[in-house]
Amino acid sequence: MVEKVQQLGQFTLEIFEKLGRSTFFLWHTLTGMMEVLARPRLIIAQLHSVGVRTVLIIIVSGLFIGMVLGLQGYTTLSDFGAEQSLGVMVAASLVRELGPVVTGLLFAGRAGSALTAEIGLMKATEQLSGMEMMAVDPVRRIITPRFLAGFISMPLLAALFSMVGVLGGHLVGVGLLGVDDGAYWSQMQAKIDFNEDILNGIIKSVVFGFIATWIALFEGYDAIPTSEGVSRATTNTVVISSLAILGVDFILTALMFGDI
Amino acid sequence: MIFDGISMEIERGKVTAIMGPSGTGKTTLLKLIGGQLYPQKGIVTIDGQVVHQLNHKGLYKLRKRLGLLFQSGALLTDMTVFENVAFPLREHTELSESMIRSLVLMKLQAVGLRGARDLMPNELSGGMARRVALARAIALDPMMIMYDEPFTGQDPISMGVLVQLIRLLNDALGLTSIIVSHDVQETCAIADYIYLVSGGKVVGRGTPDELRHSDSEWVQQFMNGFADGPVPFHYSARDYADDLVATE
Repeated sequence: MVEKVQQLGQFTLEIFEKLGRSTFFLWHTLTGMMEVLARPRLIIAQLHSVGVRTVLIIIVSGLFIGMVLGLQGYTTLSDFGAEQSLGVMVAASLVRELGPVVTGLLFAGRAGSALTAEIGLMKATEQLSGMEMMAVDPVRRIITPRFLAGFISMPLLAALFSMVGVLGGHLVGVGLLGVDDGAYWSQMQAKIDFNEDILNGIIKSVVFGFIATWIALFEGYDAIPTSEGVSRATTNTVVISSLAILGVDFILTALMFGDI
Repeated sequence: MIFDGISMEIERGKVTAIMGPSGTGKTTLLKLIGGQLYPQKGIVTIDGQVVHQLNHKGLYKLRKRLGLLFQSGALLTDMTVFENVAFPLREHTELSESMIRSLVLMKLQAVGLRGARDLMPNELSGGMARRVALARAIALDPMMIMYDEPFTGQDPISMGVLVQLIRLLNDALGLTSIIVSHDVQETCAIADYIYLVSGGKVVGRGTPDELRHSDSEWVQQFMNGFADGPVPFHYSARDYADDLVATE
């Protein structure tokens, strides 16, 4: 019994320690921002590997999710004779929820895990240590540009996801199920509000980008420098970021749309 | 505790070796010198500056004048050999591209790898990787270079090349070199002075010649690689015969 309590205490202490380390890490990353902004080439290279390489999976997933939304939405709406509102339903679901959340989850799986593995391996092969000895701060040279790249890419990827999703919904709804083309777009235009829907979606995607990139980079930087340590860190990145995104999404949704 | 009451002096312009069995903290010693680890007690002084009393900025300024050659080479795997050697120059100087090119080629020429400039680190052999790392370490013309086990895992030819390079660069560039190693032959061939470290203490010191003729049994065992001596062959255990007849 005493042992169990000890273990619980140990576990809690470790979590708080990790939170503390990750906060210091974030601070160190953010204070290097100005230096890195003066060297845009570092950020551009990372935008390519974090953002551009994630585009394909985002487009494909967005298309399919949009198509599924079109199908499901049509089935439900037609029961009420409201199938002409399909465009609103598809767009609202995507812009408010699915766009930011699913993009966040895919981003954590595709870009986050790659970042963690890359940084973890750099640590394991003494590249970070070597940089330190060359008087180059590895956090500013390696971490900060990646952080900025993740932070910038996420909202753009989420926007792309929503856009492709709306087209996917159109493909199924208008193309296959016979919803009126004009109704699909005009109802969407009339009902989707910029501040209420789009802006809130953008805020969500920015927050998710921040969280997912931070977790991925910290897990890599904090990894135990062995193959087992890097593998565990990569798993942690995907699990923790996904849970964090879903949890934070609930809070944000409650604040934005819940009238609380 | 890793070190206990250890005291060493590294003379300017000389090649000093720190030798000892594996696991005695030789690499830790280099990390203490480079300021990557902090001592609980005692001080490390380089060129009049106490390393662990420097702030972040001061430490980084000092590190620009130090080179550390990691056992693995620690090359940046996403850059070519050329870019690796150019890395410290690009990070710390405002030199023009043509100037950087000339400097990098000169450093690569010094280690004999000018022709390998476009290769990626994963295309290099272990010995070549270490030579590239050496070229990178001398890119900013440091005052001191530290080598962490430079000879481990090298074939005889690469080993010979490295031995020669370390001595040559030290004398030609007026460096101060510290070699951490347990390869007796190679190290004795180039070191001016040797410290033997074991169990956290300095157990022998002197020029290679002095150590070879030392009357300390421990020094003799280490220098000649005897299997048994003050460092016993057997890990401490209870009596052999008792152990065999004992039932668990």
